[in-house]
Amino acid sequence: MNLLKLFHEMYLIRSVEKKITSEYPKGKMRCPVHLSIGQEACAVGISQNLKPEDIVYSNHRSHAHYIAKGGNIAKMISEIHGKKNGCVNGVGGSMHLQDLKVNFMASIPIVSSSIGLSLGAAINQKRLKLNKITVVFIGDASLEEGIFFECANFASLHKLPILFACENNLFSVYTPIKERQIDSNFKRYADAFKIPYKRVDGNNIENVFNVSKKIIKNIKNGKGPHFIQMDTYRYLEHCGPNEDDHLNYRNKNEVSFWKKKDPLKVLENKLLKKYKREKLSYMKKTIHRKIDQIFSNVLKEKYPTPNDAKKYVYAE
Amino acid sequence: MSMQSKKKRQISFVEAIREGITQSLQKDKRLFLMGEGVDDPASMWGTIKGISKEFGKKRVLEMPVAENGLIGAAIGSSIAGSKVLVNLQRVEFSLYAFEQIVNNAAKSFYISRGKHSVPIVIRLVVGRGWGQGPEHAQSMENIFSSIPGLKVVIPAFPNEAKELMINSLFDKNPVIFIEHRWLHYSKGVVNKKFKISKLKSMTKINSGKDITIVSNSINTLIAKRVVDILKLFNIKVDLLNLVNPNPLNLDEVFKSVKKTKNILTIDLGHKNLGLGGEIIAQVVEKNISLNSSPVRIGLPFHPVPSSVGMIKGYYPDGKKLLFKIKKMLKIKDSKFKAIMGAYNKNSPKIPIDVPDPYFKGPF
Repeated sequence: MNLLKLFHEMYLIRSVEKKITSEYPKGKMRCPVHLSIGQEACAVGISQNLKPEDIVYSNHRSHAHYIAKGGNIAKMISEIHGKKNGCVNGVGGSMHLQDLKVNFMASIPIVSSSIGLSLGAAINQKRLKLNKITVVFIGDASLEEGIFFECANFASLHKLPILFACENNLFSVYTPIKERQIDSNFKRYADAFKIPYKRVDGNNIENVFNVSKKIIKNIKNGKGPHFIQMDTYRYLEHCGPNEDDHLNYRNKNEVSFWKKKDPLKVLENKLLKKYKREKLSYMKKTIHRKIDQIFSNVLKEKYPTPNDAKKYVYAE
Repeated sequence: MSMQSKKKRQISFVEAIREGITQSLQKDKRLFLMGEGVDDPASMWGTIKGISKEFGKKRVLEMPVAENGLIGAAIGSSIAGSKVLVNLQRVEFSLYAFEQIVNNAAKSFYISRGKHSVPIVIRLVVGRGWGQGPEHAQSMENIFSSIPGLKVVIPAFPNEAKELMINSLFDKNPVIFIEHRWLHYSKGVVNKKFKISKLKSMTKINSGKDITIVSNSINTLIAKRVVDILKLFNIKVDLLNLVNPNPLNLDEVFKSVKKTKNILTIDLGHKNLGLGGEIIAQVVEKNISLNSSPVRIGLPFHPVPSSVGMIKGYYPDGKKLLFKIKKMLKIKDSKFKAIMGAYNKNSPKIPIDVPDPYFKGPF
């Protein structure tokens, strides 16, 4: 496990999203954004164990998953700006990121909708003996949708190579999990279909990395679907670049409890025991320079036209 | 058609579908079947009978009773490079998967800018009669046809069933294949050969200068019987069978109505917001001059009841069609009486909730 690499990936994601929050008020990013700030360890810990040919499907909160899988950041920023150079030429915006070069197949912004597609990808991997796996990033609310159960049943029945990677950030928009489910331990869902289950602190990157490493190995060895529950917390509002704790839907102690456990802070403190501060500062500076460059380039890019919008309705 | 049919091979609508599926499975190794009861004794009224045995379980995947997950998985598999035929026994079951169909099947190609194509065919059977009732006898072709990115095909005859099945299975787009249960009984001449052709918007069943009728599925059979009777009285109908209402291309209709100056549409589903409304709206937009007010026939705006007492007059039939045509073409009472007489002579008195023997063909 390369802790510096893990930190680099998380810091990259955090910095891209922080840049989005600072630039958003300028009105150049004219689409909803669901930011992952606070949840980076889940995306990075899992994706660092994946090969480029493994498939990932994501949801509305997809930035971290996209970047962690190696998605092209410039094309993501262009996409959010509605530019033609965007990863899907501006038709999707923040909620439809995809980068097929790294098999980040799609982000589907309807809760749980991507589970069916992931099941199909896994059916293909198994039928054609491709020795690849599919990871579907879902959230706590995904487990309230019927399609999860439909797919978990089938995945288990046919021992499909799929990982249900569930980030439990405790809220669906403003509604806490205790008002939506009888328990925040999701083992019961996995048990119902005899799917191996692990629960980890989703803010502890080493934990996520090590546990998912074993799980992914098991899946590749034909042991069928697995379920990993990663408990974590989003810092910002459900949708948008701001904090929304003034609305008082979250307990202040809860917020500070999770912020103390910030995945980047925890890892950085550990790294500082081994590496000089300058080393990390240099890494951070390089990341910021890269991001600033991307954000300044995007402003020069062209918008797609209404004519472009008519293309690709049907395949010829 | 019936002259040739004596010499040429005739098979049923069911056999035509099975032949189309079987030949497509032989031609394209990427294709596989998914569905509920794909290997059961009924095997979708025989349309997929024996396919599991012939091609093995790898090509025929039994799925749990979970349409949302099933269709999602079919879409996901096709995005990953396979081709999938999904078999559902009634159109209503697909509603569980409406989210997948509308969001993922219809839009993946668009969102991915042509990188993810979704070559799936979803077979949806439309029921009617024998008290099927409110949730087993809808067709919803207008709903599926209102979604850009989906294709909708609706065969009326056995040869079309095979042709459309093959063309759908070799189309790169998601295709909703709407199949009327009563048509399963019909027989007709079907080419033995495997042939992929371009999807046509409509087929011309009869040529005529007096009136244009646009219909599809079982309504085309109903209309054909009327057309054949009217022919005896020198009334010539342009009968257009709209087999592919999505994407909708009405060039043939415009051409026809310019000639006939009369248009009548028959919807498989409800008249309100049905395909007929769209067809007539486009004709009117083209400013094609008409000799009579355009007429739409379709189901009344209430669910399909089960009771044989309540479905009286619910579905389009030949008589209803004739009365509309009389008014449009200002057919004199005396002549109309003769037409009706001829029609009645040709139509056996049977209960309204079982298929008319006429529908068996051969076509």
